[in-house]
Amino acid sequence: MSDTKKFLYVNRKAPYGTIYALESLEVVLIGAAFEQDVSLAFLDDGVFQLTKGQKTDGIGIKNFSPTFRALGDYEVTKLYVEKESLEERGLTEDDLQEIMYEDEDDDWEEKPSIRLVSRAEMADVMADQDVVLSF
Amino acid sequence: MKIGVVVSEGPYTHQAADTAYHFVKAALDGGHEVPRVFFYHDGVNVSSRLTVPPQDERHIQNNWSNLAKEHDIDLVVCIAAAQRRGLLDENEANRQGKDANNIAEGFRISGLGQLIEMGIQTDRLVTFGD
Repeated sequence: MSDTKKFLYVNRKAPYGTIYALESLEVVLIGAAFEQDVSLAFLDDGVFQLTKGQKTDGIGIKNFSPTFRALGDYEVTKLYVEKESLEERGLTEDDLQEIMYEDEDDDWEEKPSIRLVSRAEMADVMADQDVVLSF
Repeated sequence: MKIGVVVSEGPYTHQAADTAYHFVKAALDGGHEVPRVFFYHDGVNVSSRLTVPPQDERHIQNNWSNLAKEHDIDLVVCIAAAQRRGLLDENEANRQGKDANNIAEGFRISGLGQLIEMGIQTDRLVTFGD
């Protein structure tokens, strides 16, 4: 279909210091209804958005990190995370939430949505898109 | 070329709304189409008709309202982002039981779907923000 485009949402900021992460997620959820080819990218401080065990009671801001685990239900299944950004912040993949989706083309097998990519590979992911929205 | 524009930072604090304005004017002068501008994050604050800058300063909200009128541009303000920041049109003010509304002429409140639709329907999407 000619009006299907590749949309990439680029997340570069930590989850609570500014509102960008939350309002990015809101676009992703609404955008899912448009049946486009959606990917998310997490780099720079954006990798903190996916960390597990987030507790926000102390700052009085809603913890929206569980929503990432629901993205598979919206057919958002490609979450590219930049390795260098994790390493620069002392993080590994083990510090991130487990985010799975059911692959309808493979007998609904559960597969991980998070795809670790190098900075160079991230550049290729970006170059491959039609529409890039940066948050 | 058909160009969609996103403004994602607030007026006066950040140059984004000014740069986007000059970009849209230049694009139109260059023979391009700009069917819609979408205001998101603090960019929604551009749409307040209660904006009163000092007289010797540019009036960012008026600039956009006038440009929209002159060139028939659809200025869309994200409803979720707007309501968080105290921006309501007449309908929403009534619905929320508020005693005032403040959306300027030429702007309209709508959903994030308008942003996605703009991405689908234009040849380029250009974002002004951080």
